[in-house]
Amino acid sequence: MKRFIGFIKKEFYHIFRDRRSLFILFGMPIAQIMLFGFAITNEINNVDIAILDHSKDITSQEIINKIASSKYFSIKQLIKNEAEIEAVFKKGKVKAVLIFEKDFSKNLTKENNATIQIITDATDPNTANTISNYTNSILQKYQQEINKNIKTPYQIVPKTRMVYNPELKSVFMFVPGVMTIILMLVSAMMTSISITREKELGTMEILLVSPIKPFQVIVGKVIPYVFLSIINAIVIVLLSIFIFKMPIQGSLFLLGVESVLFIITALALGILISTISATQQTAMMISLMGLMLPTILLSGFIFPIASMPLPLQVISNIIPAKWFVIILKGIMLKGVGLTFIWKETLILVVMTLFFIALSIKKYKIRLE
Amino acid sequence: MSILVKNITKTFKNLTAVNNISFDVKEGELFGLIGPDGAGKTTIFRILTTLLFADKGEAIVADYDVVKDYKSIRNNVGYMPGKFSLYQDLTVEENLAFFATIFGTTIEKNYDLIKDIYIQIEPFKTRRAGKLSGGMKQKLALCCALIHKPKVLFLDEPTTGVDPVSRKEFWEMLKRLQKKGITILVSTPYMDEAALCDRIALIQDGKILEIDTPQEIVKHYPKKIYDVKTDNMYKLIECLNTYEHHYSVYPFGEFVHYTDKREDFNPKDLQLFLEEMGAVNITIQPTETTIEDTFMELAK
Repeated sequence: MKRFIGFIKKEFYHIFRDRRSLFILFGMPIAQIMLFGFAITNEINNVDIAILDHSKDITSQEIINKIASSKYFSIKQLIKNEAEIEAVFKKGKVKAVLIFEKDFSKNLTKENNATIQIITDATDPNTANTISNYTNSILQKYQQEINKNIKTPYQIVPKTRMVYNPELKSVFMFVPGVMTIILMLVSAMMTSISITREKELGTMEILLVSPIKPFQVIVGKVIPYVFLSIINAIVIVLLSIFIFKMPIQGSLFLLGVESVLFIITALALGILISTISATQQTAMMISLMGLMLPTILLSGFIFPIASMPLPLQVISNIIPAKWFVIILKGIMLKGVGLTFIWKETLILVVMTLFFIALSIKKYKIRLE
Repeated sequence: MSILVKNITKTFKNLTAVNNISFDVKEGELFGLIGPDGAGKTTIFRILTTLLFADKGEAIVADYDVVKDYKSIRNNVGYMPGKFSLYQDLTVEENLAFFATIFGTTIEKNYDLIKDIYIQIEPFKTRRAGKLSGGMKQKLALCCALIHKPKVLFLDEPTTGVDPVSRKEFWEMLKRLQKKGITILVSTPYMDEAALCDRIALIQDGKILEIDTPQEIVKHYPKKIYDVKTDNMYKLIECLNTYEHHYSVYPFGEFVHYTDKREDFNPKDLQLFLEEMGAVNITIQPTETTIEDTFMELAK
């Protein structure tokens, strides 16, 4: 046991003395989350919208003026009937259409209640969300102004409708995706490099001719990276909760357990890579080409698996990341429990056991 | 018997690295494998340290079979590979402490064994191993290989790339270790180091040419060697090679080592010949046979 602890201590020395790798290790998740998060920008400026005014009265005119004078929107088109809505969206001319109901002013003054419909193009879900929020706040402000000296307040009811992507599916999609990529990269690539480094520098030769067991060498290599990966996962979750206000719907405990499972899968892959590559360079290339690319392309993180050609859909089943993305989405976005993701979890467990068995079989206790 | 090697053969693809080699090393002996690069020295080390399987033959190290009892061997030997193989990003002390832990011991426990060597690198103990000079690296590597008090010590070309002063110190250290009862198998391409071993095996192309003490090995040399020197070394070698009675001509430091075919060779004949060829300041004197001469003769 002392041997083992001594070995792990040594591994931590390696990690902490290699400043550059350390920087990548911890800088990367933060940078990636920020990039993905802010690239899908929350700010909007001069977004083109169209207006369909059925009432054409003073109040609707006033609201239109308010909207036109804000820096967020510019009114591109006034349309005359419902049929045109589809056309302007399809041409991509506008991002949103505001519809004033008939007798807007009359409804407001007589019934204290009038409706505006906001239809947004949700192919870019973040913008769609922001547009509806901004419109709402303009309407609210206007409402406050006209209600200043009135006993029974008038109410303008905005009804928002997202078209083309009503569930805003991909808003927080990048978080599970980035988390998967980072865990894969840190765990698999870093371990495979760190094991092959011993081979390349010749220290493996000495380790082999010593009483330390190969099993201890491998587990000793893996444990520091389990820690680092867990820290990375926590950082990513915290960033998404606090910076991007992403609600984690499901159990944090389950999220943790599943993440550790995926980390072990990735580590097993890393060990497997190290058994088949002789140099750090090869290990890195295999990790990048063999793991990163499929993880990014075939996990359903960027490209929906359902829209891939059939052969790729089949291949995607052997990518561990695919299953982990499904699990993460389930826990983070839908808030489901283990009963809904046990199948994916089981697949990951089986894959992990397979990789571990294979790498134990492939691990050489000699030089050839 | 500390090491017993019997008819070991090892082939890599088409290359026979070790060809039917047998030798033994007695307990507490300092045994040298002497031969040029590519002679098969490293392969022999790797077979004996259980890193490679031999194709044929058997080997026993510290009473353990290298194939069956490889785990026991790994507990009982110290190995210093030819390439510097310590952790460059760890300090001198951390490296040593790491290897001590790996072998289930501590620096303090076996300090007396490494003291003589460690004292020389102790001033640099907080320096990273990658920043040490070649000689110091070797001393550290030796300390690391010794820290668990091995029964047998394997040193693969420990002095290659090390300056002459450090080389001399290194061999003095080996002599001291040997007195503490450790069997040492060392390889080197330097013939001058061979004389410092108890017994040596001369190796070339995977075959052992001769095994004996350095003193006996030089006695096997069949001829009397003469140091020859003139003003023009290049021309001298050329001349000697045209001399009808020459047996061998090798440049050796500032002299040429010359042997003659005739049993009753008289140096005066050679003197006359060289004078005829126009050489000036001719010196011809008998000299001691070295291991290098023997090796050249055997390797012919």
